[in-house]
Amino acid sequence: MTLSVHIRHRFGTFDLDVAFDAGPGITALFGQSGAGKTTIINAVAGLFAPDAGHVTLNGHPLFDSTAKAFVVPAARRFGYVFQDARLFPHLNVRENLTFGTRYAPASAKGASLDDVTDLLGLSALLNRMPATLSGGEKQRAAIGRALLAKPQMLLMDEPLASLDGPRKQEILPYLERLRDGPLGLPILYVSHAVDEIARLADTLVLLKDGRVQAHGPLYDVMADPAAVPLLGVREAGAVIEAEVLTHATDGLTQLRSSGGDLHLPGVQAQPGTKVRLRVLAQDVMLSVNKPEGLSAVNVMPVIIQDVHQGDGPGAAIALRAGDDRLLARVTRRAVAELGLTTGMRCYAILKATSVAPGSIGR
Amino acid sequence: MTSDAAAWEALRLSLWVACWATVLAVPLALWIAWILARRDFWGKSLLSALVHLPLVLPPVVTGYLLLMGFGRNAPLGRALDSIGITLAFHWSGAVLAAIIMGFPLMVRAMRLAIEAVDPKLEEAAATLGAPRIAIFGRVTLPLIAPGILAGAVMGFAKAMGEFGATITFVANIPGQTQTLPSAIWAALQIPGGENQAIAMVMMASVVAIGAVLISEALARRVAARIAGA
Repeated sequence: MTLSVHIRHRFGTFDLDVAFDAGPGITALFGQSGAGKTTIINAVAGLFAPDAGHVTLNGHPLFDSTAKAFVVPAARRFGYVFQDARLFPHLNVRENLTFGTRYAPASAKGASLDDVTDLLGLSALLNRMPATLSGGEKQRAAIGRALLAKPQMLLMDEPLASLDGPRKQEILPYLERLRDGPLGLPILYVSHAVDEIARLADTLVLLKDGRVQAHGPLYDVMADPAAVPLLGVREAGAVIEAEVLTHATDGLTQLRSSGGDLHLPGVQAQPGTKVRLRVLAQDVMLSVNKPEGLSAVNVMPVIIQDVHQGDGPGAAIALRAGDDRLLARVTRRAVAELGLTTGMRCYAILKATSVAPGSIGR
Repeated sequence: MTSDAAAWEALRLSLWVACWATVLAVPLALWIAWILARRDFWGKSLLSALVHLPLVLPPVVTGYLLLMGFGRNAPLGRALDSIGITLAFHWSGAVLAAIIMGFPLMVRAMRLAIEAVDPKLEEAAATLGAPRIAIFGRVTLPLIAPGILAGAVMGFAKAMGEFGATITFVANIPGQTQTLPSAIWAALQIPGGENQAIAMVMMASVVAIGAVLISEALARRVAARIAGA
């Protein structure tokens, strides 16, 4: 299942020219507002025809400006989850959920109503009207409605952006289940929240001013020092995978990554499960000697892979810890004084509290 | 004919004319309202002005224009006459007059309802695979139903009360073209006809208030369902 997108579009002063592929799993389109994310997803859905380019799914053209091909949205079979849910106000939740089922071809594979209500926790809401639902419940119903149209791929346009923190935490596990579950549905996911994509995405497309700036597997792009300004210096940070070992009585959990063990608070996952940890670059310190007498409990031996200096006072350091990669943000002065260079061995110090609970996924 | 029988006959004819006018005008008004709300084309303002013309013209002028267009000696009237349709001085002419006079009110109510529908909902229905006709039937139509109902009630009430254009176009023939307003007017022309007029005024009031109450009740039910009460 591969979606191939190459579109050019101009309206007013905004100029969009992007090309990327989205395969299995979750492909996240990340960028600040105005980067062109929604324009791209709407072009994929067929809600408008771009000036030029093509959109193909498994080689079938959905849009091709040279061949004058344009498949209408109803025939594209994408499940679109809008930021504003867009439930039909005159239909109850059950009627909303099943709205698109009858239009799917008989041969289409997909979830049943029971599967979807179980997956999204909707059983108690089936007879309610949309006006009586909370924001999180509306969004869950909208996801279920898109799934029950038996789509070939899900398109999600900032499905969590209109929700507050707790409601986001309520939906995220459902999205993870969707990604990891038996449906195995590919998802194109638009977001401007780094914590969401760090937790959900498999592939990342970084957009800025209508252009693709970086594109690749999530772990690679997040660990790329060049991506720091695109993600924002406060938000940038590598994602590593770790296995939960034990929960200690003092509230810390021992996790094993390929670079060494970590002790972190607030981990809910059961021992044996693999989780993603997002380690903010600004929360990683570097020491050339093995540090002693520190209050920080997480120290990892690392090798410097790249020193990336920009125009500002900061520098982004790419590190390798076992098979995992880390990113540290230090000052240029520290780079000079410590003589940090590629290939150097040193120690990364992670404050245990630096991994926010919401940054732990799967 | 006794005066009582004449009054009931006028009521029956008015209801008959108003029902026909409403049934025939609703689909046409919905179509025009849709075009005015959703389409952009050359001459849109002209169409809008034409639809609203009966609202601003003196009704007697509208009636006279109808007579000039559909009278027995007018080209259009003669053409219709040859295929067996007579409008002038016939109850079907009263239906035509009622449709034209009520049309602006119907179109206005329906156009407002269509403009209030968020096209994003129709977009969402399209992404779920629904063809256009299904989007209209399952999303748009249920959402504008209260507006269609309001327009229909307005059109019905206007048809029940239409006087000027009707009496000019189809005259005031008891049992044939004498609607309730024409009968009330006729009764008031006869010395001592006030009692009969009052009886018919009561009839007209009951029908009008009844129509409004029924439409209000239906609109409330729709609103309550959407609110999830």
